[in-house]
Amino acid sequence: MKAVVWQGINRVQVETVPDPEILQPTDAIVRVTATAICGSDLHLVDGYVPSMVHGDILGHEFMGEVVEVGSEVRKVKVGDRVIVPFPIACGKCWYCQHGLTSLCDNSNPNPKLAEALWGYAGSGIYGYSHITGGYAGGQAQFARTVFADQNLYQVPEGLTDEQVLFLTDILPTGYMGAENCNIQPGDVVAVFGCGPVGLFGIMSAFLLGAGRVIAIDRFPERLEMARQLGAETLNYETDSVFERLKEMTGGRGPDSVMDAVGLESHAGGPGGVADAVKQTTRVLESDRPHALRAAIMACRKGGTVSVPGVYGGLADKIPVGAFMNKGLTMKTGQTHVHRYLDLLMGHIQRGDIDPTQIITHRLSLDEAPHAYQIFKHKHEGCIKCVLDPWADPKDHAPVKPG
Amino acid sequence: MTQSQASQAQGGAPQVSPQNSSPVERLIFGGLGLGMILLSLRQKNESGLILGTGGALLLSGAAMGRSVGAAITQVRRTPDDTIAVQRAVTIGKSADELYTFWRNFENLPRFMDHLESVKVQDGDGQRSHWVAKAHRGTSVEWDAEITEDEPGRRIAWRSLEGATVPNEGFVEFRPAPGDWGTEIHVSLTYRPPGGTLGAAVARLLGEDPAVQIGEDLRRLKRLLEVGEVPTTEGQPSARKGIMKAEAKMYDNRRTS
Repeated sequence: MKAVVWQGINRVQVETVPDPEILQPTDAIVRVTATAICGSDLHLVDGYVPSMVHGDILGHEFMGEVVEVGSEVRKVKVGDRVIVPFPIACGKCWYCQHGLTSLCDNSNPNPKLAEALWGYAGSGIYGYSHITGGYAGGQAQFARTVFADQNLYQVPEGLTDEQVLFLTDILPTGYMGAENCNIQPGDVVAVFGCGPVGLFGIMSAFLLGAGRVIAIDRFPERLEMARQLGAETLNYETDSVFERLKEMTGGRGPDSVMDAVGLESHAGGPGGVADAVKQTTRVLESDRPHALRAAIMACRKGGTVSVPGVYGGLADKIPVGAFMNKGLTMKTGQTHVHRYLDLLMGHIQRGDIDPTQIITHRLSLDEAPHAYQIFKHKHEGCIKCVLDPWADPKDHAPVKPG
Repeated sequence: MTQSQASQAQGGAPQVSPQNSSPVERLIFGGLGLGMILLSLRQKNESGLILGTGGALLLSGAAMGRSVGAAITQVRRTPDDTIAVQRAVTIGKSADELYTFWRNFENLPRFMDHLESVKVQDGDGQRSHWVAKAHRGTSVEWDAEITEDEPGRRIAWRSLEGATVPNEGFVEFRPAPGDWGTEIHVSLTYRPPGGTLGAAVARLLGEDPAVQIGEDLRRLKRLLEVGEVPTTEGQPSARKGIMKAEAKMYDNRRTS
């Protein structure tokens, strides 16, 4: 089969690899019909998440049709059309039973690395480095999925792939980011980053009762999309974000602030340069936490900072004094995708959320290296890319944005 | 009764000595340190300084009973020169279920990777014969007897006369708070060939009971909670040659 493979820092190729097989009786093989590139894939490709190995198959946002099931799979059947949540749940441990599936105790086959880096290991994740288990990813024509009965989620009739694909990650991630904001009716929520997660975070914040959402980015097409969703916008390259947020909220500051950027945030000035230099060494600092710093500083006293953005290791100069003295609450986490699926599927079916509106590019799997390029550098107005593993690249002209 | 036996008999964890190296090791490394200091006196250049500093470190380590190697590998030594290991895991099952599973010693090789077999030898299951995998395909065998057996709560054992690696230990099943299930606490003391130094070397070679028991308990949790231990062994990748070794370095089981 064809698969998108990590070949070293900033090197992504499509290669022919063996088809996946059932390795354990609770496995299922999915013929992938749609897959996407996620912002966190860029952290892997850029080499800031350790323990990627040459030849690893990427991809943790994918869906498809079940073509084979292991002997102990009961609920999932061959022919089912399913989405595959990115965190792998065993369904049986304390965390899974309490809806905290991205913290599953049992699904990471190789937890020692994560324990060395983070103290305790989270769940396994498809195509997401060996820290999260080293599972082969879903940017491929077929994928082995594990604990099929606990994870594969059947797609209701009448919905297209593109309507449900983002339920595997970014839509619940944006939603959990908003939920973690602890929004009270009428609250002002600031969202750093208007990529896919930030955009879904804006939609979710309104669904959860926010009165105003202020969105921060620097790319005009992303800011325009945020405006279409009802957000007020700030461009951090031309606006003084902290001053403007303060002014827009009558001097109080936003009630909650979401960092939907994560470990590769951009910042000008000596601080930003220092972070970039230190991160390049992969040793002095693994994460550039500028958006997190800004979120902590901008949040009103007693407010909530929500961090759906991905961080990997160590970051410097987090304003912990501001965090403590302002009495802030911080809520974070890889998304517990499973707990939001019924709820968000309902929102999609009722038309409250239209996930397809963030898609700017539809490409074939063969075009993945190009897709990674335009997504990373935001060329061609790229906000979100969907890949079709079975399409002929000649049939897929890039979609014009807007 | 040795000191560690005494402390274990009271139900507590083995007492750990503040000194992680044995008297013999202290003599060896102290002598080595002294030798290096003497040698350094005959050198006039920078290498003399390095040699002298190294010697002084070794000598002071030996004087305090602290070995650098054992400190790095976190070897914990009891006052009577056995190595102490303690590990715990919480499993979402009742204490009775866990006790019953464990008390049937022949189940142990199902999750203890280094065990080849455990055979119960007599009718009431007090004595058993253990075979463990050792260095380079060899095996170590010993007989053990149960010294305490409280159903649903605690099992203690010790190896009998003639064991290559004399060992004793206990496992306790303690109710965890809320709906967490049961905590399993394992405590083991053993006397490795080569003492603390041998234990430090074994730890570096990845053949160390402290690491193995931690992995074993995790495997037990997975076996009992989900019925299998997840693996990526055999999945596709575009890896070739030396890259397979790199992947294996990260993953316990994976070679694909």
